[in-house]
Amino acid sequence: MATNLQLTEDGRLRHLLTLEGLPRRILTQILDTAASFVPVAERDVKKVPLLRGKAIFNIFFENSTRTRTTFEIAAKRLSADIVNLNINASSLSKGETLLDTVANLSAMQADMFIVRHAAAGAAHLIARNVAPHISVINAGDGRCAHPTQGLLDMYTLRHYKGEFHNLRVAIVGDILHSRVARSQIHALTTLGCPEVRVVAPKTLLPRDVESLGVHVHHNMEDGIRDVDAVLMLRLQNERMRGSRLPSAGEFFKHWGLTPAKLKLARPDAIVMHPGPMNRGVEIDSEVADGVQSVILSQVTFGIAVRMAVMSLLAGSGAQA
Amino acid sequence: MKIQIRGGRVIDPASGLDAVQDIYVAAGHIVGVGAAPADFHANQVIDASGLVVCPGLVDLAVRLREPGLEYMATLESEMHACAVGGITSLACPPDTSPPLDEPGLVEMLKFRAKHMPGPRVYPIGALTRQLKGERLTEMAELNEAGCVAFSQADAPLVDTQVLLRAMEYAKTFELPIWLRPQDPHLAREGVAHDGVVAARLGLPAIPVPAETVALATILLLVRETGARVHLARLSSRAGIEMVRRAKHDGLPITCDVGAHYIHLSEMDTADFNAHCHLVPPLRSQRDRDAIRQGLADGTIDAICSDHAPVDDDAKEKPFQEAEPGATGVELLLPLTLKWAAEAGLPLTRALGYISHRPAGILGIEAGRVAAGQPADLCLFDPDAHWLVSAASLASLGKNSPYLGFEMRGRVQYTLIDGHLDFRREPPRGHHHH
Repeated sequence: MATNLQLTEDGRLRHLLTLEGLPRRILTQILDTAASFVPVAERDVKKVPLLRGKAIFNIFFENSTRTRTTFEIAAKRLSADIVNLNINASSLSKGETLLDTVANLSAMQADMFIVRHAAAGAAHLIARNVAPHISVINAGDGRCAHPTQGLLDMYTLRHYKGEFHNLRVAIVGDILHSRVARSQIHALTTLGCPEVRVVAPKTLLPRDVESLGVHVHHNMEDGIRDVDAVLMLRLQNERMRGSRLPSAGEFFKHWGLTPAKLKLARPDAIVMHPGPMNRGVEIDSEVADGVQSVILSQVTFGIAVRMAVMSLLAGSGAQA
Repeated sequence: MKIQIRGGRVIDPASGLDAVQDIYVAAGHIVGVGAAPADFHANQVIDASGLVVCPGLVDLAVRLREPGLEYMATLESEMHACAVGGITSLACPPDTSPPLDEPGLVEMLKFRAKHMPGPRVYPIGALTRQLKGERLTEMAELNEAGCVAFSQADAPLVDTQVLLRAMEYAKTFELPIWLRPQDPHLAREGVAHDGVVAARLGLPAIPVPAETVALATILLLVRETGARVHLARLSSRAGIEMVRRAKHDGLPITCDVGAHYIHLSEMDTADFNAHCHLVPPLRSQRDRDAIRQGLADGTIDAICSDHAPVDDDAKEKPFQEAEPGATGVELLLPLTLKWAAEAGLPLTRALGYISHRPAGILGIEAGRVAAGQPADLCLFDPDAHWLVSAASLASLGKNSPYLGFEMRGRVQYTLIDGHLDFRREPPRGHHHH
């Protein structure tokens, strides 16, 4: 099972594939470690030697400049050697299988793989098949998980709002297709957040989503009333018209975050978004750039969180 | 060749016989059960003490992967695997490459199969050319070439007018149509049951209405045309309930389920095990319970293996990209026995779902142990435990959700047309476990 795959026999982090099933102490350890890395970015020399000599491979089967870059920066700040590989689907269709690719890269003395793939479970498959000294970080697999994004969101929430046990959080938008939402939900429920709401039209919610431990709202006004944080999601272009939504305009009217709607949340509520934003589709510019927005802090904290994950994995790998 | 099968527990589900008796075989037929015919001198005696002697199994869905898909498995390998699994008659769906849509292809398949050991092969012809769902095939010609029924396999039939006419045309010749009910629009891009596991893992989902909407269309057209339709691989509680009512109304329909669906559910896909990527998808535990209930009350007529050997490369992929299907011919018997044990059903009933009942759907003389019947027999040790592994499976398809699991019940001998087509080595009689 996923849980065992992610932990060493003595309970330390072995791979980071999903936040589902990770114990609270591991999540807290990552957040605490990240806190110790935040000041690194404020120094003149933004580097620590923790991962010197380690070879990290950014393996992106699906393009994402932004996510790839944040991992790259995090690795460089830890003094690791990082190699970027964009492997598009067409080269795979030439015959080499996913596992062939991974075996090849393993033979290049890799210590860590950071994997982005369009199919759910791809990182799990790789983790099951790598040599024992290699750790795998899932940088997004289909609609399943994006654990470092979930963690940096938790870091941001904790930074601005303190502990999770008295928070009310709303996640708004395309829950169905969102690996970010799934990682946020698993992290929030594990960290003890008592009320996690999802706000979306029925076409953008998975069936049985309540089984994840969330409260479902279709009406945005009800969904964000009195929350401490509004976590917006990106709406992919291809979802904006078709059979799930009639238009971006109608989506914005009902589920876009505007200053008027934000007034229904607690006065000190924060607004988050994993980026890149569609201004005027899921979020009004006035909110995105407003005082309650912590969207740029998320990006900054994201580097520290990824440094924390890499350093913890490198630690467990060396001792395993 | 005259064979005496001595001292086995003979089970004939069709008649309810369950007794230790000897069976006498000559010239490809059973010539005596219990009492030897006059002047019977056996050339060979099989000691069947401790074994169950039952009809050779009849499997309604076995992909032999020929023609065209030999990289997955070969006719020879899968015919042998069938014999190892106790299967003596099989129906093969037309989803080969090219599909079985021309008499020549069917004749070639039948010819090749006839000249190698293994079960009797009953091809299911393509209902439409290239399985494209547009033009009807020459069903009468294909029937003469050996096709016993017509289907789309897992290919969609989008145009309901074509479906209506296919039923009318098939009814003209009293030919049966086999359909796996699935609305292609509702199932589009889906790979998993639309339930708690897909919600968690973010797998593209196939909702239950993909089955029930298609089923409603089929049942209404059956009502209209009177065509004989067999519904393949039902997966949902709601679908089974619809069939129950339609049968009650007297529609000329039958249906089957895959053996894996009696035991597995969406929960088995929770760790992305691509061996559990099946079509239709494994659904909820409630659906699985309804399949068991549907079997017990007779709504479901047969259990098939839905045998789909897949090469490792096509399975060692992320769940949604992996080729669907599971190897099945060697698991049909143990999975049926497992269900019978769990449901407290006597073997005389349980074995009927893999012998005379599917034979009736195929319209063939098979699935019975009685004097005058073809000598197609399966002799299995009901207490033998064996481990499912790549090495223990004879099929070239090693793709099983049960890899690493222990099964109870193992075929020791398979007789087809009076020939001993499979005999497990080393000979039985030593202790197993």
